[in-house]
Amino acid sequence: MAKIVGAIVVDEQKCKGCGICVPACPFAVIELSEEVNGKGYHFAYMHYPEGCTGCMNCAIVCPDGVITVYRTKV
Amino acid sequence: MSTITLEDIIKPENLVYKKTELLTDNVMSYCPGCGHGTAHRITMEVIEEFDLEEKTIGIAPVGCSVLAYEFMNIDMIQAAHGRAPAVATGIKRVYPNKIVFSYQGDGDLAAIGTAETIHACNRGERIVIIFINNGIYGMTGGQMAPTTLPGMISSTSPYGRVVESMGNPLKITELVAQLPGTYFVTRQAVHTPAAVRRTKRAIKKAFENQLTNKPGLSFVEIVSNCNSGWKMTPVDSNIWMEENMFPYYPLGDIKVDGELVKQK
Ligand SMILES: Cc1ncc(C[n+]2csc(CCOP(=O)(O)OP(=O)(O)O)c2C)c(N)n1
Ligand code: SF4
Repeated sequence: MAKIVGAIVVDEQKCKGCGICVPACPFAVIELSEEVNGKGYHFAYMHYPEGCTGCMNCAIVCPDGVITVYRTKV
Repeated sequence: MSTITLEDIIKPENLVYKKTELLTDNVMSYCPGCGHGTAHRITMEVIEEFDLEEKTIGIAPVGCSVLAYEFMNIDMIQAAHGRAPAVATGIKRVYPNKIVFSYQGDGDLAAIGTAETIHACNRGERIVIIFINNGIYGMTGGQMAPTTLPGMISSTSPYGRVVESMGNPLKITELVAQLPGTYFVTRQAVHTPAAVRRTKRAIKKAFENQLTNKPGLSFVEIVSNCNSGWKMTPVDSNIWMEENMFPYYPLGDIKVDGELVKQK
């Protein structure tokens, strides 16, 4: 059966680490990094990339528009 | 099934969402987690989807979104505090074929600009007003606004707003819905993906009304957070907003196609 898989790319330097995307993801894919970016923010990243379906919820709710979403069938 | 890698997924042909070109690449000056950024993005997405970037003129207010013209990649003007609806009126009357909207906070729209707001609505100007209600003056340090909730702490009501001495919060959206000049009045939010989708549909409807020259003004309130002013984390501020702002400022359409929606 075809499976939908997705992935996000976060603009790490522009992410302000607000964390709004974390609870918005239905599959708990996103967490905030231990590391910080150039502005000192703990940017968002895919902690559990296998869970991503490319549903776009994180990108839709991101106040800074720093998330790009990809999706395909395999 | 062979194992699929991120490289297999992250390819141009698999792109499903990216920030609209109608937002500039400038880093938005908003605090982390502030709803202003989301409201900017969906407004620009609507303008892009209607292919109106050459035709639209936006009016930025005074407040945190005073620099909206740095982020919205369309023609914009920045008005004096509260005067955006008056500026929008002038532009729309001189250029009736342009699509004109103002973008204003609650201090701008419901305090210093109350007169401009009410009269533009009452005159039925064929413009869109996008109203960000975060219950506070964000830019100047979280002072009490007309929209501040009873009991809500702000820098000028440190023990909470006392209605007896500080007055009642102003539901300006319900107020303008009563005026014959408004055609579409709604209250939405941008704190969850579902709320963002609904708000985008509302903004779309508002611009569609202007595009099809509907008789009256379209007014979209977005109840939003000011996590810096409220002194909370962004995620906590959204929870606080759901628990405290939404009961006082319930979400939903108030007036559609010139008719008040019956409240349940
Ligand atoms: C004529 C005038 N009076 C007062 C101010 C100070 N001032 C700047 S922003 C602001 C309030 C903005 O609050 P709001 O509209 O709620 O926007 P927010 O910053 O919360 O997005 C005030 C009173 C000003 N710039 N000009
Ligand atoms: S002060 Fe409040 S309204 Fe202004 S950018 Fe920060 S969170 Fe947003």
